[in-house]
Amino acid sequence: MIGRRVDSLAVQVELETAEPPAVAAEDVRVRRGGVEALRGVSFALGTGRVVGLLGPSGCGKTTLMRALVGVQARVSGRLGVLGKPPGVPALRRQVGYMTQAPSVYADLTVRQNLTYFAAVRGVPHAELDGLLAKVDLGAEAHRRVDALSGGQRARVSLACALLGEPRLLVLDEPTVGLDPVLRKRLWDLFGELAAGGVTLIVSSHVMDEARHCDELLLMREGRVLAHDTPSALAARAGSHDLEDAFLALIESSSMPGASSVEDGSPRDAGAR
Amino acid sequence: MLVVPCVLMTTLRFVYQHKLRAFDAVGAPLLTVFPLATMFVVSSVALLRERRTGTLERLLTTPLSRLALLGGYALAFALLATLQAVLVSALALAVLGLSVVGPTAMVVVVCVAVAILGMGLGLLASAFAQTEFQVVQFFPAAIYPQMLLAGLLVPRQHMVGVLHAISDAMPLSYAVDAMHHLGRQTGVAGALWGDLAVVLAFAVASVALSAVTLRRRTA
Repeated sequence: MIGRRVDSLAVQVELETAEPPAVAAEDVRVRRGGVEALRGVSFALGTGRVVGLLGPSGCGKTTLMRALVGVQARVSGRLGVLGKPPGVPALRRQVGYMTQAPSVYADLTVRQNLTYFAAVRGVPHAELDGLLAKVDLGAEAHRRVDALSGGQRARVSLACALLGEPRLLVLDEPTVGLDPVLRKRLWDLFGELAAGGVTLIVSSHVMDEARHCDELLLMREGRVLAHDTPSALAARAGSHDLEDAFLALIESSSMPGASSVEDGSPRDAGAR
Repeated sequence: MLVVPCVLMTTLRFVYQHKLRAFDAVGAPLLTVFPLATMFVVSSVALLRERRTGTLERLLTTPLSRLALLGGYALAFALLATLQAVLVSALALAVLGLSVVGPTAMVVVVCVAVAILGMGLGLLASAFAQTEFQVVQFFPAAIYPQMLLAGLLVPRQHMVGVLHAISDAMPLSYAVDAMHHLGRQTGVAGALWGDLAVVLAFAVASVALSAVTLRRRTA
């Protein structure tokens, strides 16, 4: 099949790039409350790419993200972030994390939140104005966070994750509750950041957002079902619609004897 | 935080309207209860809120060390506690006519030590609670026994053996002892420094323990 030729191409691309992958996971497992939340996840992500982490709620997206930023307990298997074990002090300056619920102080203003987290991360305050403009919150800088809308709070949280120009951004559902215009603007921002060499892992359960990503990791029940580009995934399912493609993949994976669980890099990782 | 202790102290003064000697005996030891109680509640809820809103998780993904985080908490609350202690002591000593034989500055020092203790116990308690509702239930468990056995109601040496032993194991007892000492003796003797050292040791131990219970990686 054509897959073999593309596979070798992907391997070649990996050999040519000297730097370690932004994220490398090998048989990563996490136990949470007696249940295996991640059941042997393996993948590798190149730098400077927007990677969509998709799947139904409860499939392990957040657990995987927490493992990547080093706050998840009981992680087994091998997990490398920018060539280092997750959560080591040297990495914490290079990784930005945005939790699902906006983790900012509701009783402080937007600017006070940013100033505080900037101090904690050792970022000069001169950067703050640019950052506020990036997330379109310049006009709200002096408003208290609890007076803002849900979408605005999410952007305050995002701005805090962007502080200090991290090389890896782990964003848990950053576009939830945003209107289409803002969502588009944020995806454009993610694209710009990726073009500048930042790797972004962005989770979402809105399949529609998948088309903005360079690569997709489709998860279900603690496993990676598929890791590919949006177009390749759609083509594989014989559909133009990504949502249909996902449904088809999920259905085929839940059939007995099906073995669509994959590992490694996407088949056409080099062809962006 | 600042007004309530002052109002309570004033109320106490009028409770003892016709027994001002009794006010002198009870007032100074009671001064230790305010910082213990308020700092326990404020610090436990503050850290729990950080846990619940995810800001703690975010802080733990930054280069900030856990000790620096708790140290920052300790510093901020100690400043607040000093303000509270200065205010209440000044009111009690200057306006309400509480008389203390020992140096008045030491009254404030003991209050600040107890405040840091309350903060440490509060930070520790928040590690064992998931919600604000749970953490306030630690308050009667951690603070009331100390108030009953610290020698505020009955002098410690008059307690039955078991209670005296329990009282010996509680940090507030030493703060109250220190206040009794200041109420009766003019100088700052070794016993007073000893009591103060015990209170501070408990405070440091509870902050250290809360640093241990504050895990970077959680399930």
